[in-house]
Amino acid sequence: MTEVLERKMQTMPVPVKVVPAEQIDPKRIRTEEMVLNIGPQHPSTHGVLRLEAVLDGELVIDVVPFLGYLHRCFEKHSEAMTYPQVIPYVDRMDYLAPMQGEHGYALAVERMMGIEVPEKVEFIRVLFGELQRIASHLVAVGTFGLDTGAFTPFLYCFRDREDILEMFEKTCGARLLYNYIWVGGLSHDLHPDVISMCRTFVKKSRATHKEINELLTFNKIFVERTANIGILKPDVAINGGASGPMLRGSGVKWDLRRDDPYSIYDRFEFDIPVGTGMLGTVGDCFDRHWVRMCEWEQSLNIIEQILEKYPQSDKTDVQKAVPKRIKPGAGEIYSRVETARGELGYYLVSKDGINPWRCKVRSPAFVNLSLLPIISRGYLMADLIIILGSVDIVLGEVDR
Amino acid sequence: MTNTEIYDKLKAAFGEKIGEWHEQSGGEYMKRMSSYADITDTSYIRDVCLYLRDEAELEFDSLLLLSSVDNGDKTLSVTYHLESKSKKHFIALKVTVPIDNAIVPSITDVWSHANWQEREAWDMMGIKFLNHPDMRRILLDEDWVGHPLRKDYKHPEFYRGMKVPY
Repeated sequence: MTEVLERKMQTMPVPVKVVPAEQIDPKRIRTEEMVLNIGPQHPSTHGVLRLEAVLDGELVIDVVPFLGYLHRCFEKHSEAMTYPQVIPYVDRMDYLAPMQGEHGYALAVERMMGIEVPEKVEFIRVLFGELQRIASHLVAVGTFGLDTGAFTPFLYCFRDREDILEMFEKTCGARLLYNYIWVGGLSHDLHPDVISMCRTFVKKSRATHKEINELLTFNKIFVERTANIGILKPDVAINGGASGPMLRGSGVKWDLRRDDPYSIYDRFEFDIPVGTGMLGTVGDCFDRHWVRMCEWEQSLNIIEQILEKYPQSDKTDVQKAVPKRIKPGAGEIYSRVETARGELGYYLVSKDGINPWRCKVRSPAFVNLSLLPIISRGYLMADLIIILGSVDIVLGEVDR
Repeated sequence: MTNTEIYDKLKAAFGEKIGEWHEQSGGEYMKRMSSYADITDTSYIRDVCLYLRDEAELEFDSLLLLSSVDNGDKTLSVTYHLESKSKKHFIALKVTVPIDNAIVPSITDVWSHANWQEREAWDMMGIKFLNHPDMRRILLDEDWVGHPLRKDYKHPEFYRGMKVPY
């Protein structure tokens, strides 16, 4: 060993002569900020997003996100569509949680028209909404692991997500973009196998949850890289409009399923996990990750309650309440649901026509991303990628 | 507080600057979440927002959505949906400006959420926000011509020498 070292020393270049600090003239040293471009196509940006980071050495001074690479002007398209025709477009916004996006849209139109949906339909909507929340959080947790350098949890997450997609596929034939939840009903009845599949899934998912916690959440490297990084203070979060795990990670107990209940969420018992600064400071990246992990568990609790209460003998046609002609009267509505990413709001203006006069979406990922510059200032360049991962953006929804 | 009570309070504080109350027909949700108050004097919108945020009884701590609408009669509207997370109440405000002079004061310094939403309103609807710190387009490129969500918008034939499909 010593021989190798000695040989290495001999081949190394002559060390530079070190100038004592007092002899350096500070006026002759020049430092400057550097602008580093990340993206738009980059594995760490979770889609087509371009970030311009202003760096001082390794320190991030400012970040400017540039959006619009996936912009399809959904809002303009929807003005030319009839109300039910908008639903496939809604799918393509948040493509990791389209069930919840559809639910929000259907709910908005139903509230405008005063449609009462059969109880069975509500059960299926909530069941699929919660399964979708787990599927979305699985992707979020898995890719967040990738960002921190852990590859294995990602594979475990996608393995479990597959089970959820299979249930959706059995029921409506599609795996990613469903067009399943219609205004006033559903496109298909629940497939008879899904209930038993759900039972096995819940058991399996609880085991995966435990495994991911051991593998990732309490892994020392992961904790070191995420705790005390990207701190979002609760007052800044509320003022900036953050929602979902981003807001709850900062310790604000706010969940629309509890605070502005829609559908039949008021019938189920579940906790609202918030960030507590367990291993760092309240509102850091670890807290956001932890909130997602806890929500996963809470969604499993809700699913178990649905499986208990689901009216299996109920043979109501799921399209019973679907109106023949969807034409809300003149007026406007702001309607919102809690998706995996936060508060998804639809602002619909109707002028008594068969297509919406204006359809504006409050997309949670767009709003949460707008807080990225605030929470990444003063951290290292390598942390910026982790902070971005902890926000959990879906560019389809950011750009619409 | 219900939103009609908040409206009465606003009316008492600002008088004529607050216009009509538009109650939405329909269920309880429509009445609570979608009824809105007109602000007749556009230049007062920031003061109204500041009042709503800082008044101890109201404490509107968050802006839910800032949306722009082309009314089709040569006017544009901006709707503000506001919520108090601590007091759990809600109100919506609306200002209307003519299409050829669409300027609204920015409320970015009241709720920082408004920053990107106002940029989007400028990009898509062409409403300028006074005193906004960073009034650039957000979704489209800087050299795009026109504001797509206006009802009279015609898409360009060519963009940077490329034919625009459809």
